[in-house]
Amino acid sequence: MINRLLEPDSGEISIDGVNIRSKNPVELRRSIGYVIQQIGLFPNMTVEQNIAVVPKLLKMPKEKWRQIVLELLELVGMPYEEYADKYPSELSGGQQQRIGVLRALAASPPIVLMDEPFGALDPITRDSLQEEVRKLQKRLKKTIVFVTHDMEEALRLADIIVFMNEGEIVQMASPEEMLHNPASDMIRDFMGRHTGRNNGQPMLFAEDLMRTNVLKVPYSLNTLESIDRMSRREVNSVIVLDEDDTFMGTVTLDTVRERGKAGRKIGELAGDNVPLIDRRMPAQEAFDLLIGSRADYLVVLNEDRTVAGIVTKTSMAKAMGDALWKAVLS
Amino acid sequence: MTDLLPLIGEHLLIVFIATVIAVIIGLVLGVMSYWMRFAAPIIIWFAEALQTIPSLALLALLMIIFGLGNATIIVGLVLYALLPIVRNTNTGLSTVSPAIRDAARGMGMSRLQRLLKVELPLAFPLIFSGIKISIVNSLSIAVMGVLIGAGGLGYPIYRGIQTQNFAAIMRGAIPVMVMAVLFDFVMSSIEKRLVKWAK
Repeated sequence: MINRLLEPDSGEISIDGVNIRSKNPVELRRSIGYVIQQIGLFPNMTVEQNIAVVPKLLKMPKEKWRQIVLELLELVGMPYEEYADKYPSELSGGQQQRIGVLRALAASPPIVLMDEPFGALDPITRDSLQEEVRKLQKRLKKTIVFVTHDMEEALRLADIIVFMNEGEIVQMASPEEMLHNPASDMIRDFMGRHTGRNNGQPMLFAEDLMRTNVLKVPYSLNTLESIDRMSRREVNSVIVLDEDDTFMGTVTLDTVRERGKAGRKIGELAGDNVPLIDRRMPAQEAFDLLIGSRADYLVVLNEDRTVAGIVTKTSMAKAMGDALWKAVLS
Repeated sequence: MTDLLPLIGEHLLIVFIATVIAVIIGLVLGVMSYWMRFAAPIIIWFAEALQTIPSLALLALLMIIFGLGNATIIVGLVLYALLPIVRNTNTGLSTVSPAIRDAARGMGMSRLQRLLKVELPLAFPLIFSGIKISIVNSLSIAVMGVLIGAGGLGYPIYRGIQTQNFAAIMRGAIPVMVMAVLFDFVMSSIEKRLVKWAK
């Protein structure tokens, strides 16, 4: 309805204070990104042509839209040289929907509509696409209206969840607010798995499990100095930060011993074999991940990819113990 | 053989002109029947009805209007060629997946842009095979032209029948058959070359 593919029976929709009914539907749609569940790439166009559809409709010069295509493909890790001239039938489902998302972003619309965009994908692909959408959103600062039936997806991606039932808004709130104070039993049911058994109890997130006192070193530090710091703190692993204090990777003492050379920068050894999680990841998921993976700890990242802390088995046991005692005593 | 060449040339020219006209009219009717759902049954019924008229009768009727000569056979061929083109255009356009149509609309394409950039290209393989059928049909129907004073390979066949000369009949018939097979083959390979996206 927001892009007037359907007309409302009553009421009005305004964007930045302008009623959309007063706009030409074709113009309106060109200013709104659109991603649909069935992907709907144009099979007769190459990846590049698909992404450039709206820029071309807007009569953008060729150099400009080519640049956009280049940058967007870069953003999702699909090199231009390799993918630009492929046809959608040559891509996997996940890659197709990536292109679907890029196509919606190409003309840089302030608003993007996503109608169950990942509903038809397998869970693993869906996870990685959700992650990518989140990164893109942070980077490009779009308002994304995202329709989903998957509560987990909503909790994961949304800043504000609008819970709708039979065309009525039941509740509109932030994910935390909705988890803690669901407005109806129906929402409570929907949240069920995520609120866990602790009905009414505040929910735990990764940030509640982590410890924040962590050894971090800049990537330019030399290896010897890094070893020195590790041994002083009696840890066997260190987090390496990029120039802008964002997470770059981790280095273990063993790696330094094996591959380190005097005078080299620690950043050159940084590996990515430790799972990265978001502050807002539900505690249960973090728990499963830590127990399930072979990693010694999880790195918790802030929204801007700076390091918030790490979750170790000890820090997790402590946090869960605290929560348990609180529950027992109350 | 050399006396056959001008006849083959004339035969091809008649079929070519008829096909060009039929493709233009057929595409217009096909798109109309797609855009105006209510008109679709009427248009397709009309094209089917034309197809059912025996060619001899149709040519005789057309002769009354257009007189003797090549114009009559060309009009006749156009009328016969319409059905496969119109029907395949309509089917091709209507079978474009709703998701793709929806995406095109949501991207902000106008109706004409959707038709030209998405729907027609996607319907193209089907439209093309409709055109192929028309051409092969026309090649053989064009032989009837001889009865209404048109040129082409109908002439040696007719002569052959009149003089009960089997060889003469074959001299007209074989080139028609060869051309039909050849066209079918050539058109199919052109189609493959043009439709790169279908896997």
